[in-house]
Amino acid sequence: MIAVIDYGVGNLFSISSSLDFIGIENVITDRADVLKKADKIILPGVGAFEDAMNKLKATGLIPALNKEVASGKPLLGICLGMQLLFDVSYEYGEHKGLSYINGKVKSLKKAFEDAQLNLKVPHMGWNSLIFQNSSCPLLKNIKEGEYVYFVHSFYAAECCESVAAFSRYGIDVSAIVQKNNVFGTQFHPEKSGRIGLNILKNFCSL
Amino acid sequence: MLTKRIIPCLDIRNGRVVKGKNFKNVNDVEDPVKMAAFYDENGADELVFYDITASVDERPLFTDILKKVASQIFIPLTVGGGINTLDDFDRVLKAGADKVSVNSGAVKDPSLINKAAKRYGDQCVVLSMDVARVDGKYHVFTKGGRFDSGIDALQWAKMGEENGAGEIVLNSIDTDGVKKGFDLEMLYDLSKVVSIPIIASGGAGGKEDFLELFRLEGIDAGLAASIFHFREVSIKELKTFLKNNKVPVRTVG
Repeated sequence: MIAVIDYGVGNLFSISSSLDFIGIENVITDRADVLKKADKIILPGVGAFEDAMNKLKATGLIPALNKEVASGKPLLGICLGMQLLFDVSYEYGEHKGLSYINGKVKSLKKAFEDAQLNLKVPHMGWNSLIFQNSSCPLLKNIKEGEYVYFVHSFYAAECCESVAAFSRYGIDVSAIVQKNNVFGTQFHPEKSGRIGLNILKNFCSL
Repeated sequence: MLTKRIIPCLDIRNGRVVKGKNFKNVNDVEDPVKMAAFYDENGADELVFYDITASVDERPLFTDILKKVASQIFIPLTVGGGINTLDDFDRVLKAGADKVSVNSGAVKDPSLINKAAKRYGDQCVVLSMDVARVDGKYHVFTKGGRFDSGIDALQWAKMGEENGAGEIVLNSIDTDGVKKGFDLEMLYDLSKVVSIPIIASGGAGGKEDFLELFRLEGIDAGLAASIFHFREVSIKELKTFLKNNKVPVRTVG
């Protein structure tokens, strides 16, 4: 059973229905005992980092989540949920994350300004995956060059050793990250058609 | 590489997909769930559902359709039509929409854009504009293209971006349903004043029209209804054609 964390952020309906569609038992929850019982945990999220982190804290689930992650239970962060896995985000200030993976969440706009690139922010739409570590289990039966759906204005940086796949949008944008049992996708697998469903399947069959 | 998006639009009335010419003489087409699955299989990058009647009585029916589609189709879904309040945002987001498009509702209450962007994030708010030329200026029209608000469309788009709209759909009333190509002049003028993604709508008649569209810098997506509904152009064919002409597009198996 997969626990999808409900902390008042994001479109849980589509994550839950995509898991239903691939035949994976799932429950949307804000309870520590359900996280404990679950085989795997998904941390969704859209919106702003600080607000999401505050809401996650308010559920009181972080100690339980820390414990499950330390015990080796697979965790998948999606979009903003992935960004929360890192040490810090510079979205409107400086905010601490969960520190499950080393790295910093930075502004795409600033990166483009620094590199003198004239690209639209958010990075929105379908972009292709380039593999950096094809042995990442989320990439099983996924071909390099397949497209997934992104919507984001901040990106995970200084996390090179954890990047399994990236996409090119002016700069290299971390698309799939992994550190041991902790996984993250910057794109939305639940909105990335068949490829996205296969990536979710790969996570669920870990 | 980030691709150009092809987006079929499904106008819904009484639970059926419809398409009119210049917004009038609406014809019944097909079951929205079947249509959505068909488009998904053929490589549509997103789907837009537009509740063109959007009366209070028909809302439960529309929400029901949306839920059915969202439980079977796993590409981004945008919903529009009759979005006037944050409660309307809430209702369609809970039924499975990923983005919500505001049109007349934002003209009535411009603060809706900012309030929605703050609550749901910029990525969720799509500013949709029906625009026609009036005395050499671009005017925003409301109520399904029937009423001239007198608002300058380019100013309106800039205001929308500043208030947190994540994307803009520009539907040219002057080219809608005419099938002689997108309104490149209007789109070009818009692309000079905003830096958020622009979705072009109104006027697609064939594959070449999309190629012309994407040769224009600053346009991210093309939206159309009738040419896809009546199978005049298949999305698969269109994407192969664009790819052969060096437009980056996502192709499916």
